[in-house]
Amino acid sequence: MAIKDFPIEEYVLPGNAACPGCPSTMGLRTVLKALGKKTILTIPACCTAVIQSWYPYTSFNVPTLNIAFEAAASAASGIAAALKKLGEEDINVVVWAGDGGTYDIGLQALSGAIERQTNFLYICYNNQIYSNTGIQRSGATPYAAWTTTTVKGKKEFRKDIGEIIIAHHVPYAATACVSYPEDLYNKVKKTMGIRGPKYIEILAPCPPGWRFSMDKTVEMGKLAVETGAWILYEYENGKLSFNGISKSIAEGKYKPKPVEDWLKLQGRFSHLFKPEKDIVRINAIKDHIRDTWEHYKKLASL
Amino acid sequence: MKVVIDTGNYIAARAAMMAKPKVVAAYPITPQTTIVEGIAKYVENDELDAEYICVESEHSAMSACIGAAATGVRTFTATSSHGLLLMHEMLHWAALARLPIVMCNVNRAIGPGWNIWCDENDSIAQRDTGWLQFYCSSNQEVFDTVIQAYKIVENEKVLLPAMINLGGFILSHTSLPVRIPEQKEVDEFLPPYEPKWRLDVNHPITHGNIIFPDDYYKIRYNMQLAQDNSRKIIKEVAREWREKFGTYHGDLVEEYRCDDAELVILAMGAIGAEAKVAVDKIRKNGLKVGLLRIRAFRPFPEEEIIGMAKKCNKLLVIDRNISVGNEGALAGETRACLKDRVEDANVYGFIAGLGGKDVTYIDIEKMCKMVIDGKAGRVEWYGLG
Ligand SMILES: Cc1ncc(C[n+]2csc(CCOP(=O)(O)OP(=O)(O)O)c2C)c(N)n1
Ligand code: SF4
Repeated sequence: MAIKDFPIEEYVLPGNAACPGCPSTMGLRTVLKALGKKTILTIPACCTAVIQSWYPYTSFNVPTLNIAFEAAASAASGIAAALKKLGEEDINVVVWAGDGGTYDIGLQALSGAIERQTNFLYICYNNQIYSNTGIQRSGATPYAAWTTTTVKGKKEFRKDIGEIIIAHHVPYAATACVSYPEDLYNKVKKTMGIRGPKYIEILAPCPPGWRFSMDKTVEMGKLAVETGAWILYEYENGKLSFNGISKSIAEGKYKPKPVEDWLKLQGRFSHLFKPEKDIVRINAIKDHIRDTWEHYKKLASL
Repeated sequence: MKVVIDTGNYIAARAAMMAKPKVVAAYPITPQTTIVEGIAKYVENDELDAEYICVESEHSAMSACIGAAATGVRTFTATSSHGLLLMHEMLHWAALARLPIVMCNVNRAIGPGWNIWCDENDSIAQRDTGWLQFYCSSNQEVFDTVIQAYKIVENEKVLLPAMINLGGFILSHTSLPVRIPEQKEVDEFLPPYEPKWRLDVNHPITHGNIIFPDDYYKIRYNMQLAQDNSRKIIKEVAREWREKFGTYHGDLVEEYRCDDAELVILAMGAIGAEAKVAVDKIRKNGLKVGLLRIRAFRPFPEEEIIGMAKKCNKLLVIDRNISVGNEGALAGETRACLKDRVEDANVYGFIAGLGGKDVTYIDIEKMCKMVIDGKAGRVEWYGLG
């Protein structure tokens, strides 16, 4: 669906306290437009927990349960179970969590909820850091990125949560990026027709966290996809397929831009270019991107 | 009405089943496991129309109960020891969210070393979470208290969660006869849950977002009011239960042969049952001893303890827990509530039975003797050996 045809209803209302250019509100706005009014949100500790505005006000126009950092998926299990007993299973049970709440502290609850076939949609908006607490590394932070706990750049590569989720044999999993709202909208819509656990991970470029200008969020997400640093895919009925530009990259119809084009615009990678170019680490990033692609192409061919 | 002979755990499961929760989320741990096994069986056999969520941890068990209760249904869970400790964060959450969740906790020691026997340090460590805490001394009391608890906490003047404690193995795995009412009678006593608020797509609210100090402060104050309100409601519900079903175990406290007592024992849980036997034995020897059994540790039965101390100024407090660095929790709180209110009160604290060490009526007789003979200090570690 084209953006102009999105429902006019807004569920993320003015008055929220997000940073200008925040990818979380951008993504959530699209997600809630797709899901509509019959939705219950569960939000663990993360930026979205603090940007809803403060008691007794809220800028979210769907019922929302805030919950502890590691507890979103299990709280959603309880909501889904209660709705089943109340005969209200037409309501979408949705978790909206950051990458810290998903990759790290919330992984156990998420794995349990998926294994139990909880009928819910779990969305991770991945800004690749703990931004709520002021930009610390997470399991999703990419190699070499500066954070306040990796001041010389992260030494490890990010965890591949997508594969972990897929290994649970979910009926639906997908990646998305805030820069492609139509794609995100369609993916969310698709989950609404599927019972059981659904997972969508949205790349969410965060201006203060990644150190770029707040008017560049969309561009930063697009570049991540265009350079191949972020792959758009869907996993459905046991099949993985690429979407959007990632599909063109996979088919050899689109030549990925050099990853430096994306890295250079972000302050968190500035140490890779100053005082001189850090060829070793930039090459390691390139190798990682190449290996990830090879791996995913294999998965797609299964 | 029928009489069933069963263990404390199966009786707890049966009580939970008869209270008709819509969602149960639980995780096994010794010595609680047979409660959740019992519930699982009721659900599988269609004796209980509930969703049973086999969560992957106790933290998730409490989180799932919170999610379900916030969606407007009655919930139940059960745990013990390390499971209860793992829940700690969510215990606060449930209470601050004002969700009337009911949970059984089977009191068990905390490791290391691994020890599965009775010890109240697990629940005492949760005393500041805002939960109502009951301690039972018989299987009948477990049954009655679980069902009563729903009626208490779902009262809109309370709306706080409740924890019903039973001693590991001493009650959990000991079969005793219990009078079980008809389901119809329980339904009359405990009507279906009507939530005060719920996550409702037609009335979207955000629960638990950022709250500034002024409002947060009021929320804490309201929790305190709710605990205070619960005192009256606990009494009313216990009375109503007695009228309807004939069994009664006291309300916040149970008084046993205190009228003319010159020494009163304060105890909780199964030690309370043992203390009754001790009282009878000692009285046969002409010494006037009574028992004030503490059923509710939260709300704390301040008035009852003060009233008792005014009648009898010698109080022997037995704690199956230790606030390391201070003393037993019940003794410490008893002292605190009497300070400046009953000038001449003497409180003798006895730490006993930690890690499941036996505390028999003979031990309690010996403790009484120590106090009567003037040989008891402020805090005694009974039976260190
Ligand atoms: C148990 C617990 N540990 C730590 C915190 C502190 N904390 C709150 S949010 C957060 C990081 C959230 O990171 P992420 O999930 O990536 O979301 P983001 O802030 O980036 O939106 C941390 C560490 C907490 N609330 N609870
Ligand atoms: S720090 Fe990033 S994710 Fe958090 S509110 Fe600001 S822009 Fe949004």
